[in-house]
Amino acid sequence: MNAWLLTLAQTVTFVLLAPLFSAWVKRVKCWAQNRRSPSLLQPYRDLQKLFGKEALLAHNASPLFRIAPYIIAGATLMAAAVVPLLAVNLPTAAIADVIVLAGFFALARFFLALAGMDVGTAFGGMGSSREMTLSALAEPAMLMAVFTLAMVANSTNLSTVIGHILADGLVLRPSLLFALLSLVLVAVAETGRIPVDNPSTHLELTMIHEAMILEYSGRHLALMEWAAQLKLLIYGVLIANIFFPWGIATQPEGTSLLIAAAAIVGKLMVLGVALALGESVLAKMRLFRVPAFLTLALTLALIGLLSHIILEVA
Amino acid sequence: MHQHLGLPPFNGFVSEWLTFQTALQATSLDSGVLRAVIPIAAAVLALTGALAAACFVKVYGIAFLGRPRSRRVRRTREASRGMILAQALLALFCLLAGVLPTFVVAALGRVSQGITDHGLPSAMAEGWLWLTPISAETASYGAPLVLLGILLALGAWAIVYRFMRPRGHATLTRGETWDCGFGSPTARMQYTASAFAQPIRRIFSPVWRLHETVEREPRPGLPQDAKQIRHQLHAEDITWGWIYTPITRLLHAAARRVGRIQTGHLRHYLAYSFLTLILLLWVIT
Repeated sequence: MNAWLLTLAQTVTFVLLAPLFSAWVKRVKCWAQNRRSPSLLQPYRDLQKLFGKEALLAHNASPLFRIAPYIIAGATLMAAAVVPLLAVNLPTAAIADVIVLAGFFALARFFLALAGMDVGTAFGGMGSSREMTLSALAEPAMLMAVFTLAMVANSTNLSTVIGHILADGLVLRPSLLFALLSLVLVAVAETGRIPVDNPSTHLELTMIHEAMILEYSGRHLALMEWAAQLKLLIYGVLIANIFFPWGIATQPEGTSLLIAAAAIVGKLMVLGVALALGESVLAKMRLFRVPAFLTLALTLALIGLLSHIILEVA
Repeated sequence: MHQHLGLPPFNGFVSEWLTFQTALQATSLDSGVLRAVIPIAAAVLALTGALAAACFVKVYGIAFLGRPRSRRVRRTREASRGMILAQALLALFCLLAGVLPTFVVAALGRVSQGITDHGLPSAMAEGWLWLTPISAETASYGAPLVLLGILLALGAWAIVYRFMRPRGHATLTRGETWDCGFGSPTARMQYTASAFAQPIRRIFSPVWRLHETVEREPRPGLPQDAKQIRHQLHAEDITWGWIYTPITRLLHAAARRVGRIQTGHLRHYLAYSFLTLILLLWVIT
């Protein structure tokens, strides 16, 4: 029972932390570009504003259009419940492993793409088409990186994987290094950041995610935005806690949880700085260059997998 | 539709998950080549799954979503209750097989017991809630709990909404489609099926032989402006020419040779029957 309460608390923290992480990335980006940054609470204010507004639906919007935000937010919430944020060996890790995590993202993406096509605008169809195309390349790359991890730890359970890497200590495994690089590229593509997609533009012909949620307003838009922020945080925590798990609580106790909280905040701040600097330095790619970017991710994952099989198994 | 897709909590996802778990056990094989090839094959399966998802977004999105694309479609009505019920029943079974995979695997275990003398004892070792193909430490999937979790998550968002919803005025209004303020779009501005698949076609263009023709009929006096554009697309599968055409050619040649004995005369066929009979009698004795 205690473990379940901790899981619930962790998931709630996860969800509440998501807008803050986006705000942090935006703040560092503003610093890097010599601009004044909005307050760290701005995303919360935006969400509150959106929840308080009435939702405006197009005349021909079908029920799917209204259900989709809840399904997307629900699937993303489930994904957040599965990822160890503060402590490992929580009960949710056994319910769904890292392949199911990818499945939750696929479920959310499926409904997002359908919602984009529902009202029948050119932008929506364009966003859906591009999202499904890029995800067709990103998903194998992600799974290949995940397979490398799973083969190293001989488990797809995220808690077991983290436990295995903790027990291994500071060993530089080439397979994990390549898997990390691959997962970073996939994370950039999947969360729609520069150089794949630009989260801060509207009305740009290269946009993907924004094009799909263009027709949403009010609470539906709030859920979509929150789900997108949550997805970014999930990828951040995945990278931080799998490849650099030091500090995570192995026992659900007060002090170790506090240390874990401090550790994850520190790791996420560093990751946020890296993401913001990367976004400031790089320019957005042309859409048809993105497959090359994702093929690079796939190749890196493949090298990681092969280096595990060739160098580490024998 | 969901049964084709690897989406939790449906049955397709369980199959995909189990296939991935099998592929991850490849490290215990002796052959180094197989150890490397099997996980890569699993990644190709992931690619197939993602392309299938794109395909079904296209099918469902073009057929059922958006504005009616032709006058006939505009006048369609919902099918009769029986037809909907039949589809819903099939979908329900898909969901049940996806949510209670342990029972399905246990039933399949009897088949594998009969064929290979090895059952699937570890699959249900942790009870019906948990699907554990090898052991609980290696991998586990609690499908009923995933469904419960998704329902709980939906409930959680409903609670968030209840606390934050606006008070005192309407919460939902219907209006014109916004479309970035470009004015109300017409049905012809929507993406079509070919448009939807265009990026995939372009990225995977080496796999197909594409025959794409665009005919522009210029407006008289304004050569830049097209009066009518006709776009034709035909995607030809390369493997068809590589694998199937040689096989059919071989079959045709063989059939032509055999066809020579089919003369069409009754007495020839009687002779064939007679000869076969004698041959069979000779074989038996």
